[in-house]
Amino acid sequence: MIVDFAIIAAKAFLVLFMVLNLAGILGWIERKGSALIQDRIGANRASIFGFAGLGLVNTLIADPLKFLTKEDFIPPAGDKFLHTLAPCMALFTALVAFAVIPFGDVINIGGHAINLQVANLNVGILYVFAMGSLGVYGIVIGAWASNNKFSLLGGVRGSAQMISYEIAMGLSVMGILMVYGTLELQEIARGQGTLIRDLLPQSLGFLQPVIGWLPAWGIFLQPLAFLLFFTAAVAETKRIPFDLPEGESELVAGYHVEYSGGKFLMFFAGEFAEIVTAAGLVTTLFFGGWQVPYLLRDGFHFPWGSQWLLPHLAVVGLQVGAFTVKVLFFCWLQILLRWSVPRFRYDQVMRLGWKMMLPLALVNVMITAFVILAAQ
Amino acid sequence: MDASNLVFFTLATLLVISSLLVVLLRNVVHCAMALVAALLIISIFYVILQAPMVGVLQVLVYAGAIMVLFLFVIMFLNPAPQQQSGVWLGFSGLLALLLGGVLTTLLTKAERAADPVASTVLFGSPEMLAKSLFGDFVLPFEIASVLLLVAIVGAVVLAKRERRS
Amino acid sequence: MVPLNHYLILSAIVFAIGVLGVLARRNLIVVLMSIELMLNAVNLTFIAFSRFLGSMEGQVAVFFVMAVAAAEAVIGLAIIISVFRHRQSLDPQEMQLLKW
Repeated sequence: MIVDFAIIAAKAFLVLFMVLNLAGILGWIERKGSALIQDRIGANRASIFGFAGLGLVNTLIADPLKFLTKEDFIPPAGDKFLHTLAPCMALFTALVAFAVIPFGDVINIGGHAINLQVANLNVGILYVFAMGSLGVYGIVIGAWASNNKFSLLGGVRGSAQMISYEIAMGLSVMGILMVYGTLELQEIARGQGTLIRDLLPQSLGFLQPVIGWLPAWGIFLQPLAFLLFFTAAVAETKRIPFDLPEGESELVAGYHVEYSGGKFLMFFAGEFAEIVTAAGLVTTLFFGGWQVPYLLRDGFHFPWGSQWLLPHLAVVGLQVGAFTVKVLFFCWLQILLRWSVPRFRYDQVMRLGWKMMLPLALVNVMITAFVILAAQ
Repeated sequence: MDASNLVFFTLATLLVISSLLVVLLRNVVHCAMALVAALLIISIFYVILQAPMVGVLQVLVYAGAIMVLFLFVIMFLNPAPQQQSGVWLGFSGLLALLLGGVLTTLLTKAERAADPVASTVLFGSPEMLAKSLFGDFVLPFEIASVLLLVAIVGAVVLAKRERRS
Repeated sequence: MVPLNHYLILSAIVFAIGVLGVLARRNLIVVLMSIELMLNAVNLTFIAFSRFLGSMEGQVAVFFVMAVAAAEAVIGLAIIISVFRHRQSLDPQEMQLLKW
């Protein structure tokens, strides 16, 4: 009983620790990456005893210290309680959304079978969407409590954008749910372990040598859903190209203009935590989660017949490593996207969400339904 | 007082406090946030009562969408805080107490078994809810979707600014 | 296991608090929020009974109540917006044109 509790607590702390650390490291990657893209050096001035660590000291030590020691300013006519509550809500929902994302298969240590996922809810992915809809409050309340017209404008734009793209996100995932037949994320990750040749119906047998050797990842079975979901997830996190709510050049930092110090750090960290969560979701739904191609519980089983058996812990280590690499790749992709494309205008954002992505997601659901019915 | 009772009484106290805050606070935005808190606590109750699907839907739909709509309207209208009449509050408080007493008496005096029916692991899961919705209750489901469509159209028509032509 | 009566008493209390809000507050939006509170109290009763009787019908009822509550909140807010445009006030006491 107490061991179970300790295991769950350990998993929760581990995930929280990793997400927060990754959020910090992503801040560094963003600064240095943007510097590389823009052909400049980036932050490299802060150093401890002459060791500047490529800007790591600056981003990971100097910046948080600066944020935490700044004066905490609440606008005089603003709402004190709500001004403090808003960044808490934004950061909280961004962090707890990672609770259902599996970072490995079941590991057997000392007789305990530990599922490498903090909470195996049977409503799985709906929980992430629920936390996403709670994240809107951080924006709306933050904008309102600042008593500032630019803030309010940015906040209203941001929340309208978030609720519009929640719908596109949910509908684009419907195709994945239909293919794998479950809402639980661990089951979806497990279901991507089979090869496509096991899923092909008799009528399409001629495709077997062409694509049958591929693992049944979501990206191969639902490519359109991947594009829609990735775009919607980037829009949810309000990153460029969808960052008009915090448009730095147009809205004076939008809804977090009146925030300084620790609260701004919370908004900032919340945004990077949302990047990590979005990357985690994309990996789990479309890229096999912790699956390594052809790696089963006891080792590699290649489609051309040969095997390479491995001990249990090595398999688990490979799977957790694969998950980490995939998540890091998608985080890096989102950062690269930020510094490569211009920003959408607000009416373009709304038009994209409602008039292009929503119909496309519905078309995707219908095509998936036809294919599934035809394959039976 | 074991763990489940302790959890229940803590959550119940928080729920009653949030509901009172909804009804008694001056600032409308604070009332709305108190209602969000109440909805979240009720959603925790749903999960405790083995209705996880309905609990998550409550957060998604009620706390996540309907209350955001409320907040939008409050910010759009920006009402000034009004004075509360003491007489009205006292009179309504009395009525509410009476109603609460009547409801409590009516609800608790029925003779029924004390223990819950043993439930399967699947109870309250998405599969069971979907089976009921698309099996026995498919007609109300379709009617509900038409109702939502009517509500959307009605809201747009009602809230549109009249054109001065 | 918490007995059923506890849940029923809790929802009766929340329902009564909602009624208090509807009767006593002089702001239409808070009145609408109190109505939502009453609907939620009823939902809690449904779910409690559903658990204690082992029947899924309670949860289906809550699903439909949520859908209808969403529709009703939307229409209620639209009505409040159009009323506000005319009277510039959200006080139900001031909307007495239809009284005898």
